[in-house]
Amino acid sequence: MIKSLGKFLIIGLAIIIAVVTLAPAMWMLSASFMSTGEASTFPPRLLPTRITFEHYFTLFTRLQLSRYLVNSLVLSVSVTAISLFFNSMAGYAFAKYRFPGRDRLFRFLVAEMVIPAQVTTLPLFLMLNKVGLINTYAGVIVAGIATIYGIFLVRQFALSIPDSFIEAARMDGASDFRIYWRVILPRCKPILITLAIFTFMGTWNDFLWPLIVMTDDSMYTLPVALANLTGEHVQDTELMMAGAVMTILPVMIIFVALQKYYISGIMAAGLKE
Amino acid sequence: MNKAGQNKSLRHEIKSVRRAAYFFLAPALIPIFVFFFVPALAAFVLSFTDFDIYSLSNIEYARFVGWRNYAQLFKDPLFWKAMTNTLYYVLVGGPLSIAASLGTALLVNSRLIRFQGLLRAIYFAPVVTTLVAVAVVWRFMYHPRFGLLNYALSFLGIAPIDWLGDPTWAMPAIILMSIWKNFGYNMIIFVAGLQNIPAQLYESARIDGANAWEQFKSITLPMLAPTTVFVSIIAMIGNFQLFTEPYVMTQGGPVNSTLSIVLLMYQQGFRWWNLGYSAAIAFVLFGVILLGALLQAKLQKRGEA
Repeated sequence: MIKSLGKFLIIGLAIIIAVVTLAPAMWMLSASFMSTGEASTFPPRLLPTRITFEHYFTLFTRLQLSRYLVNSLVLSVSVTAISLFFNSMAGYAFAKYRFPGRDRLFRFLVAEMVIPAQVTTLPLFLMLNKVGLINTYAGVIVAGIATIYGIFLVRQFALSIPDSFIEAARMDGASDFRIYWRVILPRCKPILITLAIFTFMGTWNDFLWPLIVMTDDSMYTLPVALANLTGEHVQDTELMMAGAVMTILPVMIIFVALQKYYISGIMAAGLKE
Repeated sequence: MNKAGQNKSLRHEIKSVRRAAYFFLAPALIPIFVFFFVPALAAFVLSFTDFDIYSLSNIEYARFVGWRNYAQLFKDPLFWKAMTNTLYYVLVGGPLSIAASLGTALLVNSRLIRFQGLLRAIYFAPVVTTLVAVAVVWRFMYHPRFGLLNYALSFLGIAPIDWLGDPTWAMPAIILMSIWKNFGYNMIIFVAGLQNIPAQLYESARIDGANAWEQFKSITLPMLAPTTVFVSIIAMIGNFQLFTEPYVMTQGGPVNSTLSIVLLMYQQGFRWWNLGYSAAIAFVLFGVILLGALLQAKLQKRGEA
């Protein structure tokens, strides 16, 4: 009797938390289909009386949302591709090559991770300003070309690859780069997928850096554009909700498709340290 | 092959290994050096100058002013307000968020729950959402009249609260939203930690007649201690960087009750172009984070000893 009551309580609690967790997102979705003004009624309406796509239409026509979508996509894909390539090369070198000062260099890099990125924003902005990279894609990308955390993750993973694979490939006359490309990369696939998802989502969701670098409206990323829109259209709840849906949707799709890798990646990263 | 020849080829090999290593390292380390390390050092130098909007056009207008920025900062009531607010967020929001993570980790790990994978994914979903979008949505959830939260509370007989308009409630509102947004991440790490606890421990405890609470207190909590320390340090570093939530939801208001250190840094640097002063704020933030991380690491060491 007590046992089944406990079970009932636990399941009930789990469901309540799930509902509370989903509620803001559900309401956002629902309100984005309401006609103007409907979300600002009392008592609050949970579902639209009539589904309308007018806000999405406004976003894509008058507010040029596709422009921001493209900006976000270009930046997230570039940063992910570039940093994955460079981080994996460096992580491999730290794991499998012997060179003087290797361990000291690696420890130094890991220690640098405590420096918050905000510390670097001001001088980096001045640097980019000097060379004319403010308000360009390149300006946002440079800060993410390679990351210490990415190198760290790949190194930890690559350490577990047996040296015999590398030796065998070398015997066959494979060049260093070929060994990295054909032997190391395929074996690092799990960590590379995890890192790719981390980086893509991190870049997509990033706010402070693109806010600083992108000074012209046409170069805004989705989050920056959305924050800017809220300032101007503060009364237009339904329109803002549609904007929020469009900002979150791409990362949500990726999450749902790849959540298995993502979640196991976090578990692995959390346990290593 | 004679010995000299062997030595020569060995030297040659070492050299080529070294060259390959540098070839692999350079593309990552040069950008990190140029775009992270140099700016971090430059920020330190910048914090000792009076770099402002005039220096932006001509760097020669910037002068070294010694510790003046720091002295000014420590006299600035706005800075102390931002520091107090940020500490409030870190010291109240951090532990609450970790408690939520641990609680939900126990829940999704419970054998009584059937759709564990689905539940885990639902709880985790807010983590992957875009913070700006979430802040926009929650701003409307917190609307005193039309917001969902006050409506839900009205069923419990709680009078409407002006969440973001009342200086007393604005920071708790931001904390509540951050917990919702972030608890799923640490929940996953706790789940991994829970799964690493050997099942025999619980079995022998049950044989000894320990109830669920006793098992939690004497097995689960101690076994999770390393995970908890790791999670707290990472959470603390992240929480000190509070920026987007107040930027989007309150602009630091009402009456500066949600002004954070990074928001102050942003306003000083990129709104008023007091870059020297702003860099000093950034370094104080860095110092506080470093201190916090060392303190937690030390507490952990003492706990182990």
